[in-house]
Amino acid sequence: MRFSFLSLLRNALAGQSLWTPQWPQAEPRKEYDVVIIGAGGHGLGAAYYLAKEHGITNVAVIDKGWLGGGNTGRNTTIIRSNYLYDESVGLYDHALKLWENLSQDLNYNVMFSRRGVLMLAHSVHDVQVFKRHVYANRRLGVDNEWLSPEEAQAYCPPLNIDPGARYPIMGAALQRRGGTARHDAVAWGYARAAAERGVDIIQNCAVRSISRDANGNVAGVETDRGFIAAKKVAVSVAGNTTPLMDTAGIRLPLESYPLQALVSEPVKPVMPCVVMSNTVHAYISQSDKGELVIGAGTDQYTSYSQRGALHIVEETVAAICEIFPIFSRMRMLRNWGGIVDVTPDRSPILGLTPVPGLYVNCGWGTGGFKATPGSAHVFAHTIARDEPHPLNAPFRLDRFRTGRLVDEAAAAAVAH
Amino acid sequence: MIQIHCPYCCELLPEQEFAYAGEAHIVRPEDPGALSDEAWRDYLFLRTNARGPYHERWRHVHGCSRFFNALRDTVSDRILVTYRMGEAPPAPPSEEGGDA
Repeated sequence: MRFSFLSLLRNALAGQSLWTPQWPQAEPRKEYDVVIIGAGGHGLGAAYYLAKEHGITNVAVIDKGWLGGGNTGRNTTIIRSNYLYDESVGLYDHALKLWENLSQDLNYNVMFSRRGVLMLAHSVHDVQVFKRHVYANRRLGVDNEWLSPEEAQAYCPPLNIDPGARYPIMGAALQRRGGTARHDAVAWGYARAAAERGVDIIQNCAVRSISRDANGNVAGVETDRGFIAAKKVAVSVAGNTTPLMDTAGIRLPLESYPLQALVSEPVKPVMPCVVMSNTVHAYISQSDKGELVIGAGTDQYTSYSQRGALHIVEETVAAICEIFPIFSRMRMLRNWGGIVDVTPDRSPILGLTPVPGLYVNCGWGTGGFKATPGSAHVFAHTIARDEPHPLNAPFRLDRFRTGRLVDEAAAAAVAH
Repeated sequence: MIQIHCPYCCELLPEQEFAYAGEAHIVRPEDPGALSDEAWRDYLFLRTNARGPYHERWRHVHGCSRFFNALRDTVSDRILVTYRMGEAPPAPPSEEGGDA
């Protein structure tokens, strides 16, 4: 059922009894044109754009758990496009432009809030790096501006700009078009819109391996519920990409690390924007429920455990309390971890693989949520046309052989 | 937080004393000039990133400062054994039957 003022009114009068399920529980068929592994925002979004823009609807999205239960449901929902290199800005700003109309496009409120992302500089090095980003972005017509400590505090009043602070604030880069969105709604909105166009969403069905035929082409996937044949298979499974791609005989330049986040008790509106401090690994915003949403840095070792060490969270919370003394007596309600797949240059891998018919979308590291619509859009193009979209062409797997890296790792100058 | 046994200090110590140093037993090429682009990619960038027992390097940065190797299960994060540089890597335990 389409959401509209009229449908809300009709259900209000009918005791909310007229709503229909947002997507059916699909049973796997024997064969599909495209099987997408991983029902997160990126995978569901790719299915949606395959159906909407390329007319390919014989598609299944398969997940070992429930949809949106991986990193889509575990991130801190920050959206921005102020990366250093042209290639990155192209891809992330494509996503940001799609975010702006996503609720209308999906007929589903993803609660995109353009509240601004403030990135704090604590040292001369930070100042130089962020100013370089500001100039690089503005040259491409992407908004990013430099604020003095006083201007930063005017934009975000709880900020402590005392020069004697443990982490003194020497200025900040502000991207006003950045913000947050409701992560679950992104998965649900894409799932509903894709299912409406005929895509099967198959949950609680783990893919055991990717099968190849005698010529080496993709043949389908071996799952908990038997073999499913597919002309094309697209992998969108974040931290679990390495073991899955191993089954197709493809080794990747990835390492999987735990990344933790936590939320506080809900309070009245106090944080008007997103604040990030890459240097001390503290990322904070306030959800519409009123919880402070706090992100930490990755743990130091690779892991698939979906949990991290307490001392990482402790360091992040200590940094938050130094930057925002106002929060020092707040209680934290929950913390959790997700497994992020990190590439050597901290840019994603999005495109073809050496196996005909097999496509991969991985390596988003700690920042994949912001890219969801853009990544899904160009990934669908890549799957449908069997060639990359100009925006994801630089993010090919082959760059680790040619040396044409998109080295955001060096650009950010922090351990991700 | 995990606890790690340093094979040089012979003590079980908290993780914060150590720095992770990635996959172990990656051998630097004997003749770098003769390497193909594919071989450079494999050496520099490709990693096993195993789900399960994984041979990896650690460094006791806040202790003896020395590098050593460990076999750790990346699903439970449990360290199975640590051993000194130059020692032969222990074989991972036999295949687990659990869920992939």
